[in-house]
Amino acid sequence: MTSLYDEVQAAPGAGVPTRRVTIKVNGDDRTVDVEPRLLLAHLLRQGLKLTGTHTGCDTSNCGACTILFDGRPIKSCTMLAVQADGHSLETVEGLASASELHPIQEGFKEEHGLHCGFCTPGMMLAAKALLDKNDNPTEDEVRWALSGNLCRCTGYQNIVKSVLWAAEKMRAESN
Amino acid sequence: MALDEIKIGGLGASRRRVEDNRFIRGKGNYVDDIVLPGMLHMELLRSPVAHARIKSIDVSKAYDIPGVRLVLTGEMMAARNLAWMPTLSYDTQAVLATDKVRFQGQEVAAVIADDPYIAKDACQAIVVEYEQLPVIVNPFQAMESGSEVIRDDKENQPGNKIFDWEIGDKAATDKAFAEADVISKMELHYPRSHPSPMETCGSIADFNRATGKLTVYMTSQAPHIVRAAVAMVAELPEHMIRIVSPDLGGGFGNKVPIYPGYVISILASILTEVPVKWIEDKTGNLISTGFGRDVYLQGEMALRKDGKMLGMRMKTISDHGAFYADAQPSKFKIGLMHSAFACYDVPAAHLESVGYYTNKAPGGVAYRCSFRVTEAMFFQERMVHAAANDLGMDQAEFRRMNLVKDDMFPYRTAFGFLTDSGQYGKCLDIGMKAIGYDNYKAEQAEARSRGKLLGIGISTMTEPLGAGNSREYDILGIKMFDSAELRVHMTGKAILRTGAMNQGQGHQTTWAQIVAHELGIPADDVTVEEGDTDTAPFGMGTYASRSTPVAGAAVAMVARKIRAKARKIAAHLLEVSEEDIEWELGRFYVRSNKERGVTIQDCALAAYSNMPDGMEPGLENNAYYDPPNLTWPFAAYFVKVEVDAETGVWDVLKVVAVDDCGVRINPMVVEGQIMGGLTEAYAMASMQYQTYDDEGNCIGSNYMDYLLPTAWETPGFELHEVVTPCPHHPIGAKGVGECATVAGPAAFVNAVVDALGHLGVRNIDMPMMPNRVYEALTTGKDISGMPPVKMGD
Repeated sequence: MTSLYDEVQAAPGAGVPTRRVTIKVNGDDRTVDVEPRLLLAHLLRQGLKLTGTHTGCDTSNCGACTILFDGRPIKSCTMLAVQADGHSLETVEGLASASELHPIQEGFKEEHGLHCGFCTPGMMLAAKALLDKNDNPTEDEVRWALSGNLCRCTGYQNIVKSVLWAAEKMRAESN
Repeated sequence: MALDEIKIGGLGASRRRVEDNRFIRGKGNYVDDIVLPGMLHMELLRSPVAHARIKSIDVSKAYDIPGVRLVLTGEMMAARNLAWMPTLSYDTQAVLATDKVRFQGQEVAAVIADDPYIAKDACQAIVVEYEQLPVIVNPFQAMESGSEVIRDDKENQPGNKIFDWEIGDKAATDKAFAEADVISKMELHYPRSHPSPMETCGSIADFNRATGKLTVYMTSQAPHIVRAAVAMVAELPEHMIRIVSPDLGGGFGNKVPIYPGYVISILASILTEVPVKWIEDKTGNLISTGFGRDVYLQGEMALRKDGKMLGMRMKTISDHGAFYADAQPSKFKIGLMHSAFACYDVPAAHLESVGYYTNKAPGGVAYRCSFRVTEAMFFQERMVHAAANDLGMDQAEFRRMNLVKDDMFPYRTAFGFLTDSGQYGKCLDIGMKAIGYDNYKAEQAEARSRGKLLGIGISTMTEPLGAGNSREYDILGIKMFDSAELRVHMTGKAILRTGAMNQGQGHQTTWAQIVAHELGIPADDVTVEEGDTDTAPFGMGTYASRSTPVAGAAVAMVARKIRAKARKIAAHLLEVSEEDIEWELGRFYVRSNKERGVTIQDCALAAYSNMPDGMEPGLENNAYYDPPNLTWPFAAYFVKVEVDAETGVWDVLKVVAVDDCGVRINPMVVEGQIMGGLTEAYAMASMQYQTYDDEGNCIGSNYMDYLLPTAWETPGFELHEVVTPCPHHPIGAKGVGECATVAGPAAFVNAVVDALGHLGVRNIDMPMMPNRVYEALTTGKDISGMPPVKMGD
């Protein structure tokens, strides 16, 4: 499936060089032509219409743009789209299946882990990276794993509870 | 059978939030997620300097870049009478600079291009020649005679003073001081802080030449105020303006003002005849949009030697930046600063406030705050802490002695507010027990003997939330009421619209709970909509913790109107007279035979299919609610810290919060608000502030320099509740969203100062960074924030 970043292509600057990249996004191969300077977060949001990944700060501090890159959490505003060529990405849109929420999503709702929702996708993916490695983290381990993600609304306590809720459910499901 | 209110998601249910369903799936709809066909992108060029005359602007190189469609400058705005706009505090603000730039980050030009990258490139190609002027970065420089006049655009503005305002009884206060045994003093700076919601500001203006309609999707906490302002400024008819606030990624007061970017995007769309999107970057947000605080406070308290408060006087000097863009009720120049000491029985009080222009970003917005109450309560609790120490009294006992007692309500404060309810002493008791106050003095002494510095800080306050009654509160002359509109469909499902604007508070969830409480319609059957001025009733929006006190009251009132009509329908269906009917949750029944009844859903169906003769069909109504008074929640916060004597680093050992916000609609949501507020309090106490160097460069223009706490630093919180219903609110609720941000900071500072109390330290200005605490530790002196200027007597 091909999807072009239409705003770049629509530009009259026909001479703008582009690179063709193929990226696996939430399990699907996506082949796109991008300007070499295009940030990965912008490719996801504007090019691939996956607007669940948010850009908050432009300086890699806030973590709203956190996605999983070959399973590792990265800040997609600090990576170029071309650097993702041949790699596998997971965004918030890939967390739930058609019929079921991921336990982390359930946990955030159950424990009131969000208010405005802007940091939530990044928080959930940072949490997923933790729980994929460690399904029984301590509160401190959760706080440390989320320390690259800012939230201005909740005060974090309920976010931590949400992740611990999810961990418990994931453990129960795997038994 | 009456319904189980908790089961239907009524009052008191910790109902899980409806809005979460989209947010946890990444399906929120924030302004940057909206894409309109043919949309262009706008980027702003900002001033790199704080004060300079613009000699020339050359945009020709910008047009050389392929994909650039339009470049706007102040001159082009001026040609359309749009170079200046009114602020929400009766001042004017430059949209794009014409004559001078007055702060670093001021909007100088705008580029509209095919994509945001091109627009950013083109901004760099614009050449602006500046002639630099002397820079004023604090009010003390601004007040010096002969200092550069920042607002030379204004007539009758000889210097940099904006206002000089006073309130209270000066003579009675002077008398109280003359009779005092002890006079206690306090002087401090509440530093400039930026609300910094995760999402920046932005807009998409879409002017349709064919229909003449302007639609603006934008990040506004008060879309109806924007519509009114656009109608006045852009001279477009109000019915042809539609403002839509989609999901907001936080607000905290930052998204109340009307910013130049919005206005420029509107003109750009009118000129290009296609939609124009503007999304601010984080630096733009931090250096140009509404900040909070930046007030120097000085005051003293007259005391009897047994501890009774006799009077207090306060003076504030505030820094408003280059434009007075505060968004305040017009009657009060420094907001509700005079709510200070409202929880204490103080017979006499006087406040004098002076405001100045400086070459800094405009604002002074209510950052999670009801119009300057944050500064008021911070000063109050720092002053009270110092006064207790001066008297040699225990912090808790001094407060208890002076707090307004339960049997004194309604209580008129010395500044004229009417507090109406509370159980202050009970809140204090619960907090003292939870923090372990009884053992604390011994514990502190024992710790000191081991070189450990423990401290407990207390902060108690009541604050005026829910502006407001229309006699006193307005924005630009528009009275601060709010509204709700409820339409019950024939199957008993409903849609509710209000004039408030959610930005994370969970209105979609909680407003439906009020409907469930009043009508017995399950909350899951009620859709809630806000933020679209074409569909929502006129309201003043969400800030100052006013949603529940005002719009929430309107929701209850409109539901009661619906119930009154449903009662007539029920009488018709039951073939009895209306007087013979009783109501229980969700159902009308015949008084003499409880088994005979009809549900609210039966009435809804009949409203469309079987109404009584002569009755207007349908089941819908609206309510505009003008509250008789503000609501007065009470908070008692306790913080326990340990200060490292070698480094000045302090750790929070425990935080206890006791909040009485009246009846809680959704306890889970209320607790979420309190924890969020406590975190902002911790942030301001520990790290979060903006300062400027001598040349007016903003230090704190990105998250590398503007520090916000993460999950790692943020302490845990222990919450307790007391419920004293608000006597005038239809469901007994009070505001709560900002309480912890308002009263919290003083608890942290009081704790650290208490830990250092044996050294004679009275004050450390926020943020209490380790270097400041270390200096206090090693010198035993007070630590003042910048600039170290005395305010005079």
